[in-house]
Amino acid sequence: MKFVLSKIRLYWPLTKSLQTGLLLSTGLAGYMSARCPVMHWYDFLGLGVSLFLAIAGSTVINMWYDRDIDAKMARTCARPLADGRVSPGEALRLGLVLSVLGVGMAVAMGPLYGLIVFAGLFFDVLVYTIWLKRRTCWSIVWGGISGGMPILAGRVYGAGHLDGIGILLTMAVLFWIPTHILTFSMRYHADYQAARIPTFPSTYGFHATRVIIAFSSILAALAISAAGVGIGVQWGFVRLLAVLSFGLLLLAVASVLRPTERVNFGLFKYASLYMLSAMILLSVGAL
Amino acid sequence: MKITILDRILLLATGLLAAWQIVVGIDSLSTIPVFAYTIAFGVLLVAGWLLIILGFDVLDSPIVVIVSTIIPLSLALGLVWERLSDYRILYLVFVILGFLAVVITRALPMKKMVQVIALAIVHGVAGMTIYLLPIIWSLTGRAAPGFALVGVGGALIGIGGLLLSFLKAGKPLLSRVTILKVLPGLLLLMTAAFVAGFRFG
Repeated sequence: MKFVLSKIRLYWPLTKSLQTGLLLSTGLAGYMSARCPVMHWYDFLGLGVSLFLAIAGSTVINMWYDRDIDAKMARTCARPLADGRVSPGEALRLGLVLSVLGVGMAVAMGPLYGLIVFAGLFFDVLVYTIWLKRRTCWSIVWGGISGGMPILAGRVYGAGHLDGIGILLTMAVLFWIPTHILTFSMRYHADYQAARIPTFPSTYGFHATRVIIAFSSILAALAISAAGVGIGVQWGFVRLLAVLSFGLLLLAVASVLRPTERVNFGLFKYASLYMLSAMILLSVGAL
Repeated sequence: MKITILDRILLLATGLLAAWQIVVGIDSLSTIPVFAYTIAFGVLLVAGWLLIILGFDVLDSPIVVIVSTIIPLSLALGLVWERLSDYRILYLVFVILGFLAVVITRALPMKKMVQVIALAIVHGVAGMTIYLLPIIWSLTGRAAPGFALVGVGGALIGIGGLLLSFLKAGKPLLSRVTILKVLPGLLLLMTAAFVAGFRFG
């Protein structure tokens, strides 16, 4: 038992629990946008477990592949793979087992749902991390698409088919991802430079990156609001969503007009809180 | 001054109360009051979040004066539109002109006295509207007794506004540390008073 607990403690950071949790929450919100109130708890649990396994699995594989980059960056050099606490082979096995379990479970729950979960993993690991991340800053578009797959999977599993609202929700996450990732790449610009990872700030400069963040924030807010109206979320929740979206826009514009490190990282934190809140509102508001 | 865990909890509670008011508390009202109250409680909610995320340093921004004008103006507009139908347009004009006056006197290079006068008139009228009207209506039976709590909220927002305005003007009524210590609690009390007042009024 002690051995298992120590292994869990060691492996847990490999899953980037906060990021995995946020993506998982989008998947659950996608499901609840079609099936709220949740009547079939085994379905909901199955969705949560399969998504968690697939997201955590792809994250572990990504970390396995990026271990050389992580070792060069001050922010990530203390990760278990980068500092040698977990061997590469052990991490790869863990990532593959989690991924196969997650995708396998998803396929067993529904072919279309399984296909979308697999697509998320495929885009994230093969297209984003292995193929494009070290070649072009535009890789984040594919990172965004893979980030949008959990919410699409949840929506498809709940609705039983692919629909316009599912696409809108995916677009919302896709446009939200730049706000999240680009603010991060500005904050840790030196780290990414040291690891020779092309980012928007290093390719197009900080000002252009901030403008892109502002525009993508507007698009994300519009997509989430449109999805909320399409789902039939009660007006009170739409009002609250509008207020939170306005806060996001305010910070994005402030980061363009009066750029400081504090505003930049504030935008990063606000964007995470915004997405989590939007997911809760879309789920609860559909009641 | 660094923001503490207790400050964050108080600000989070303020945000949750404001969110609840936006979602549930104003659903039955007509368009303009819903719009006005959504702006007022929305500013409270976003301000609470920004304080949690960025800390008290965010209060040093020059935009704080303008943003803090929005809350009393929109609350007062909502109250007047809802209960004083004869003065609706007049008050709407006051709110728009008042807001523009505060923005313009802050944005353009002007004498400090002009800025202070604009701020004092706008905050004074809006503050007295929020403070006095609910209490008078409650006492005269035109509203339920609980509605007087909105007036209490108005008094608290007045205190907060005064403390911050004088602090930013360089003539603090209390030390900066004391003001920042009481601010999260004051914001929570004020929001709770508004929410309870609207609920029981």
